[in-house]
Formats: sequence, C-alpha cells, structure tokens
Amino acid sequence: MIDRTGTPLVELRDIRVAFGGVHAVQDVSVDLYPGEVVGLVGGNGAGKTTLIRTLSGAHPADSGQILIDGDPVTISHPRDAKALGVETIYQNLALADNIDAPGNVFLGRELTTRFGNLDDSAMEDATRKLMGRLNPKFQNFVVPVASLSGGQRQSVAIARAVHFNARILIMDEPTAALGPAETKQVGDLIKQLREEGIGIFLISHDIHDVYDLSDRISVMLQGKLVGTVDKTEVTTDEVLAMIILGKRPGEVTQKDLAELH
Amino acid sequence: MAETKVSAAEQEPEAAPEPEERGSRSLRDALRAAEVDARLLGLLGALAVIWIVFHIITPNHTFFTPRNIWNLSVQTAVVAIMATGMVLIIVTRNIDLSVGAVMAAVGMFMAVVQHDWLPAWIGFDHPLTWVIALAAGLAMGAAIGAFQGSIVAYVGVPSFIVTLGGFLVWRGVAWWMVSGQTLAPMDTLFRKLGGGSTGTVGGTWSWVLAIAACAGIVLLQFTRRRQRARYGFRLRPMWTEISIAVIACGALLLLVGFLNRYYLPPALATATGHEGENISLGLAYPVLIAIGVGIVMTFIATRRRFGRSVYAIGGNPDAAELAGIKTRRTIVKTFTLMGLLVGLAAAVQVARLNAAVSGLGTGMELNVIAAAVIGGTSLSGGIGTIVGALLGALVMQSLVSGMVLMGIEAPLQDIVVGIVLVLAVTLDTIFRRRAAR
Repeated sequence: MIDRTGTPLVELRDIRVAFGGVHAVQDVSVDLYPGEVVGLVGGNGAGKTTLIRTLSGAHPADSGQILIDGDPVTISHPRDAKALGVETIYQNLALADNIDAPGNVFLGRELTTRFGNLDDSAMEDATRKLMGRLNPKFQNFVVPVASLSGGQRQSVAIARAVHFNARILIMDEPTAALGPAETKQVGDLIKQLREEGIGIFLISHDIHDVYDLSDRISVMLQGKLVGTVDKTEVTTDEVLAMIILGKRPGEVTQKDLAELH
Repeated sequence: MAETKVSAAEQEPEAAPEPEERGSRSLRDALRAAEVDARLLGLLGALAVIWIVFHIITPNHTFFTPRNIWNLSVQTAVVAIMATGMVLIIVTRNIDLSVGAVMAAVGMFMAVVQHDWLPAWIGFDHPLTWVIALAAGLAMGAAIGAFQGSIVAYVGVPSFIVTLGGFLVWRGVAWWMVSGQTLAPMDTLFRKLGGGSTGTVGGTWSWVLAIAACAGIVLLQFTRRRQRARYGFRLRPMWTEISIAVIACGALLLLVGFLNRYYLPPALATATGHEGENISLGLAYPVLIAIGVGIVMTFIATRRRFGRSVYAIGGNPDAAELAGIKTRRTIVKTFTLMGLLVGLAAAVQVARLNAAVSGLGTGMELNVIAAAVIGGTSLSGGIGTIVGALLGALVMQSLVSGMVLMGIEAPLQDIVVGIVLVLAVTLDTIFRRRAAR
C-alpha cells in the first residue's frame, strides 16, 4: 500500500482555469504521493488535460495553488516545471517531426561538448541506452521521427520524460495510439517507474486504460472534481458512474448502474 | 503496492507487433548507410546538366571557360551570402521580404560613412576606413533585423507583413539618406570586398586555401569517425570515406586549378610590371566570403543549440515551446543573423559597383528566397540546408549567366528562371511525397 501519512509529492489546490467565459476547471484539488499512480479520468471536455497543463507549465492557472513537497511553487513555463522534476508526455507527444530520436529526447536540453557544440554522439549513445531499457526493438536513431510508427514515437516521448530523473510524471492518454503489445509495454514501464518512487498522473478518458495501473482514481466531470477514490474500494462500474453521472459510489443506485450498460 | 485486479485490458488477446515496413525503403537505407544526401546529389546533377548544356549551345562554347566561371562565382556570392540566412528564417516558418531594401539602406549607410563622414575625421583612403564602414553596416543590418524580428516574435505580427512593410520603409530610407544621389567612388580597400581585378587572393593563395580545405575535409571525416568509434556506433564503410574524400578534394582542386587559369588582362599585367606573364587572379574575396559564410552558417545550423532550436521550431512550434526552448528569442536571433548577412552582402555589392544607389538590391529578396527554395528549403518549415541554398543560388546564377552569353533578352530570362523555380519545387514535392510513403 502507498504510505499517505507524509507530505504529498504534489498537491494541486483549488485550481481554476477559464477560457473566456468557459470555466474549464473549477476549484479542483488533487494530490499525488511518491511511488503512487493517480488515474485522472473523465469524459471529453471534463477538464483533465487543462488541469494537468497547469502543473506542466503549458498553461498557468487563473487561481489556486501548486505545492511540491509541501512548498508552494510558481510554474509559469514548461521550463519551471522541468526544473522542479515534473516531466510531461503530451497526448500529441509534442515531438519535432523533422528531427531524429536523440534530437527529440534532448530537445531544449542538448548535451554539448566543452566548446558548447552539440554532442550528437553522446546524445545518440544515451538514447540507445535508454531505449535498450524502454523498447529494445527500437533501432531508428538517425531518421526524423516523422517516419516512425505510433509506438516508436511514443517510446521517444517516454524516453524524453524519464531520462532527466523526473520525480513527477504526467502521462496524457499514453496508450491512446498504441496496439495491445505496446500498451502492455507502457503498462510495465509505469509499474517499473512507480517502484522507483516516481509519482505518476495518468490521464485517460477511458477507465479501462488506467484502472489496473492506478492506486487512486480522481474523476472529473464538466470542470469539477467528482471525487477521488482508492481503487481497492471501487469497481470499474462505480468509477464509470462517477465519470458519466457524476455520482460518488455511495450515491449510485442499481438503476443507475443498469443504465450504464 | 496496490493489489492487482483482473480487468478488461488483460482479457484482450495479445496482438502481433506491428509489421515493420521494409523492402521499398532499402534503397533509401543504402543511401543513408553511405550518409549521402540524395537531394544534394540531385542539385549537383542539375547544376552539371545546366553547365554542360550551356557550354554546348553557347556561341563559341564560352560557358565553361575560366573567365565565365570566375565571373559566375563572383555574381553568385551576393545572393548566396543572404540565402544562407534566409534558410533559417524560412525553416522557422517565417519569411523576410525586406532583404533587398535593407541592402539598399545599409549599403547607402556604409557609403555615407566612408564617403562623407570618415574623410573629415581620418582623411581619405585611411587603412581603417573599410573596417569602420563595414562594421557600421553590419551593426545597422543586425539592428534592423533584430527590430523586425522582435515585432514578429514578441508582438506576433506575421513576418510577411512586417518585412513587407520593411520592403517599403528601408528602400525609402536609402533614398532619403542622400536625397536620391549616387555616392561614388568607394574607399580603395573597401572595394576589394567586391572582387574585381584587385579584389582577389591570387593564384598561389588560392592553391594554399584549396589544399587547406582538403586537409579540413579529411580532418573532419577523421574526427567524426573517431567520435563514432568511441561510442561503438556503426561506422561508414572505409571505401565510402575514401571515395568521399577523393571526390570532394579532387573536385575542389580541379575547380581551383580551372579558375586559376583566368589571368589578369595583358594590359593590366603590363601596368603592374609583369609584361607577357600569365598572372592568375585566383579566388575573389566575395567568393571566399560566401564560402566562409556557408561554412559558419552550416556549423551554426547543425552543430549549435541555436540551430537545433531553429529546426525544432520549424518542425513543431508547440513542441519546441513545451520542450523549454525560448522560441521567441530564437526567432529574433534568426532575423538578426539575416540582417547581419544582408549587411555583409550589401558591402560586397556596393564594393562591386563602386557606388551606392538607392535602387541597390532591387528585386534581390526574390532571388534570395528562390535560391533557398531551389536548394530544398520547404516553405512549410523545418526543412532546409545551407549547402542547398548555396547550390540553389549557383543554379539560378548559372541559368542567368548562360542566357546572357546566348544573348537572350531579360524578360525571357525571367520567364526561364520562373519556370525553373516552380519546376524545382514541384520535383522536390513529388520526391518528398514518395519518401513519406
């Protein structure tokens, strides 16, 4: 079991984000402990990605607080998040298609020689070692990532996130574009990273994608948090009721559950 | 650890891993193994065809003569210098339409500095005049570039509009600086920047430079090989390494030997006390400047973090931003670099003409953009090489030069260059589409 008596690794408190007059996220609070996987689920437009973008620095919150190790932090740019050990794997992977795999892994954090020149060999070497661990079948190190398959591109995005000793990992729909074998691979990787003590936010619109891997599940609906539940205490149907009806496990009736199927 | 529950995901059958595409890629893999750029070979091929065809069809076969190729090299230099900067601009999905007008403003400024200001301070033909004038021009070019780039990057006005404005503004500024006068002549040393019979390094130095360049090529190959070996990466087969070195050095030495057969006109040789001797002009300064710019820009584009950022922004601006790249600052830098190169090109152009007029560089922006695009730079961003742009400039100038030798009128020359531009991009698009499959 996860020890949740200490200080959470991350705490998002009363986060609020609005686009124009639309409240994409309203007073949502979630937290994450070291070595824990929190599944963040909800339908399309529930505000999961928007919420998590405040943590990754892609879009600052209008109000609310972010605490890391109990200390309030300001994250106004992806650079700030990375400096705090927060790495993000975006749904669209955020790869520069015209650049090769090592170039993408080290994008914005290139290794350089003592003259400040790009050390391509060192970056390729590091990427080869990384891929040996993450996806041993990966061999395309010198072609632009545009010519790679969905799974290979995913590997590049994951490699980028884990190489820099992330403490907090955000994965937005990590398996949406993957086949079953690759999905299993990502699942194994998540378990491995969790055992290393990394805290992981796993975002998905489909509870079945994250149920197995999650320790706790936070459900969002229309920009609000429906609730956070311990996975051992709920069934997938109960979570489904939270996602679709916005009802917490105690509030759900048999009739509701019947309607879900 | 949380205990594992049986779930829907585990019930799904394990599918076979995605079949890897092979077969159709084998030829490209082979090319990749030799690390030879197919697009570059295509450009060199096109250039060879143009030179051979023109040599055959020009009256008296005057195209492939030392004299014409020497002139061609000098004529290409100005556009080539600017095209290297334009590549980086276009790679970031921007454009600079103002380079011709900026050239006029900067050229005029350098002329004013050496013609009107400096003589009053340090006298005529002072040995430092050319340095001060050049530095002033480079500074002004960089400042204009930084200014336009800042509006693009920080205010968010499309570069097309900002530089279209610049296209009008800087031409007007050039006129206004001297009320439309022509400034001439230029400082004696400054004039060397433009080539001409005094602006060359001579035959001996041309050989020295060529041999040094050969040594550089081999050294570069050797360092790269040792670097890859250190990490245990697959090395390029030795025969490829040797072939590349032999072909590159051989071509270089042949070209320099050929150019060195362009001699000082007999009358000038007599005037300089070498009556009856063949004095090689050797490589012209503008050509050396263009080659130097090409090397430095290639280095910046491929070996520096700035260059990597430029290509990342072109490939996926959002990804670049999310990766922590300072995208706006990078854009400003590309425009600043472009301005600096325009300043350098303006110096060469003013020195060549030995005069500054407000019409300097009219229409040049289109030649520069065309050179970059013929050289394989994609207007949709992310793709383009410095070497390609240099070759693109050479291809365009070769066409013009050949047509001039054939006595074809200017309007028809424009028609041909226009068609070649569209044809080159069409072929490139088809090539890319097939490669993407």
